[in-house]
Amino acid sequence: MLRRSFNVLMLSAALAVGTFGAAMAQDPVRIGVSASKTGPLAGGASGVLWPNIKLWVEKVNKAGGLKVGDQMRPIEIVEYDDKSTPEEAVKNIQRLATQDKVDLIIPPYSTGLNLATAPLIAKYGYPQIVSTGNANDLEQFVKRWPNTFWLLGKAQGIADGIVGTLKDLHDAGKIGNRVAVVNVSDAFGLEMIKTGKPALKQAGFDIVYESSYPLGNQDLAPVIASAKAANPDAFIAYSYPPDSFALTEQAQLQKFDVKAFFVSVGGNLNAYGKRFGAAANGVLIMGGVNASDPVFQAYRKEHLEVTGQEADWWASPVAYASLEILQQAVEHVGSLDKKALNKEIQSGTFKTVIGDVHFENNINNNNWTVAQWNDGVVHGVRATGNLQGAQQPVLKPAWPSN
Amino acid sequence: MLILLTGLLLGGTYTLIALGLTLQYGVARIMNLANGETLVAACFVTFWLYTGFGINPLLGLLVIGPVAFVVNWLIYTWLMQPLVKRARNRGMLEVDSILATFGLLFLFQGLMLQAFGGSYFNYEFLAQPFSIMGNSFGLNRVVAFVAAAVIAVALYTFLYHTDRGTAVRAVAVDPRAAMLVAIDVRKTAAFAFALGGAITACAGTLLSTFYTFNTSMGVIFTMKALIIVIMGGVGDVRGAVLAALVLGVTETLVASLLDPGLTLAANYALFIVVLLFRPQGIFGKRPA
Repeated sequence: MLRRSFNVLMLSAALAVGTFGAAMAQDPVRIGVSASKTGPLAGGASGVLWPNIKLWVEKVNKAGGLKVGDQMRPIEIVEYDDKSTPEEAVKNIQRLATQDKVDLIIPPYSTGLNLATAPLIAKYGYPQIVSTGNANDLEQFVKRWPNTFWLLGKAQGIADGIVGTLKDLHDAGKIGNRVAVVNVSDAFGLEMIKTGKPALKQAGFDIVYESSYPLGNQDLAPVIASAKAANPDAFIAYSYPPDSFALTEQAQLQKFDVKAFFVSVGGNLNAYGKRFGAAANGVLIMGGVNASDPVFQAYRKEHLEVTGQEADWWASPVAYASLEILQQAVEHVGSLDKKALNKEIQSGTFKTVIGDVHFENNINNNNWTVAQWNDGVVHGVRATGNLQGAQQPVLKPAWPSN
Repeated sequence: MLILLTGLLLGGTYTLIALGLTLQYGVARIMNLANGETLVAACFVTFWLYTGFGINPLLGLLVIGPVAFVVNWLIYTWLMQPLVKRARNRGMLEVDSILATFGLLFLFQGLMLQAFGGSYFNYEFLAQPFSIMGNSFGLNRVVAFVAAAVIAVALYTFLYHTDRGTAVRAVAVDPRAAMLVAIDVRKTAAFAFALGGAITACAGTLLSTFYTFNTSMGVIFTMKALIIVIMGGVGDVRGAVLAALVLGVTETLVASLLDPGLTLAANYALFIVVLLFRPQGIFGKRPA
């Protein structure tokens, strides 16, 4: 069921603002989106990608539109649900390119769907700025599809982040070298454990418990019980939202106290901090932000006002940054010429909510990899490249008894 | 001991998931593929009542159960009755009801998507340690287990010790013969379907206290329920409870002693074993 819904609200807002300007007479810039609204990826996409598209379109249209050369043109969104499947995503991109003839494309949510649609997006020459996916062999990929841009950098950097943080803590004599590590057995979890495990060993850690669990499993009491029995100093979970919550709840219930407790995707959600309150203090998570940056703070506020939904502490600002980059590339180039846009994104520098972004060989090498909860706020504690604002990680206090 | 208790608690959760479907499929003969969506819808309503109005999920049961009963009654009389009327045999009704409830699944999903969006939801309720023999468990899971036990016992008493319940069982065994002894099969089937829906909704309410849920998760619950119902014997409450407990304990055993990655494999291996040796299910009657 291909549903075609024009963003009437956005458009009318734009028209209302530009009623007596020239904007009304301008053709809109048509931007196609294919991402998940149903299926297993819908949870992530509705939290991270869709609200940011809404926020961005509303903001740009309120300001008169997208500046293309000397014209201000309103943005019109053409959106389709890919139902979390690559087949549907490919069909949608095909339709956007050939039927709807959109000017620009906002790529799908998740690594898998971005990899799956890349050849087709490349065929039509659209820039594909990936904000919600990454992989390890990106150099090869970029060589084949030079119109793909990877805001989250390489998977290696993200998987190794927590290992680096633990090593720092260990070297400072704050934690021992016993680590329990678990992962969700899907593409993400497997990729992470593949790079994370050797890195742990190389850093001299002793893996005292290791296991994986099926995607979607939330009955994780046995996993925490076994991890606890192994008596580790640190716990690493390469996990997804439902299980990140379940693991934390079980750890708290079973009083599984470690000096470093790390969960991956899901720990970055604002709902995580709300759900666990003070118990979340000291929990380490994947990704992160520079929470003291006023630009980011303003963005968070706007995100809540416009979408009615809190931004998360990792992926939301990155998703928004990908749209800002697209916008600035169009402004710099002064046209919607795809070749020129690709060239500009390859070489230009862009001011975004995650700071100045410059791609090196189409890869952004400055990323937050580890962050820590403290009183309802997440602070980045480790980053790749030259990101500023990292705080010192603290040891996790014992779970509060409730 | 820890493993056994954890397994039993999980089994209680599974019992809740499966009891509704065993009534709907076993008695009303509607293979309800929207079972999981009913459950997730109840999760959302509970979440909404709790976070929006501060209504305790356990009190919410008192609202959600009856509402779900009425809604499912209406679904049965408006949507399923015409299929029952035109079906010439059980096979035909099964195929028709699968197709109809498959459509219902998307309708429910779409409505929830409109109302709540696709993100993950959860809330904190009774997430406190509860100590049983020196091991601590989530109080919310213990409550769900107790509720599962209460519902199962009540259902069993109703089915085996009341006239109305005997009528329901008669319809499950043979709708035609039931008609001969002056049982209003249509009404009884509608009642069973509605009761099944209400139980599934209550399950959703209880599960939402410890699960993270979103709009797209219904199918996970439908699958689990289906396996349990078929393992236990279609329409048999005792079978569903036993199958759910066995499944819960097996999964926990495998996760604790072998590898948590193998729980799904153990789950389906058990299913296959039951199908091989008792294709009619643990308590199911061999078709004559």
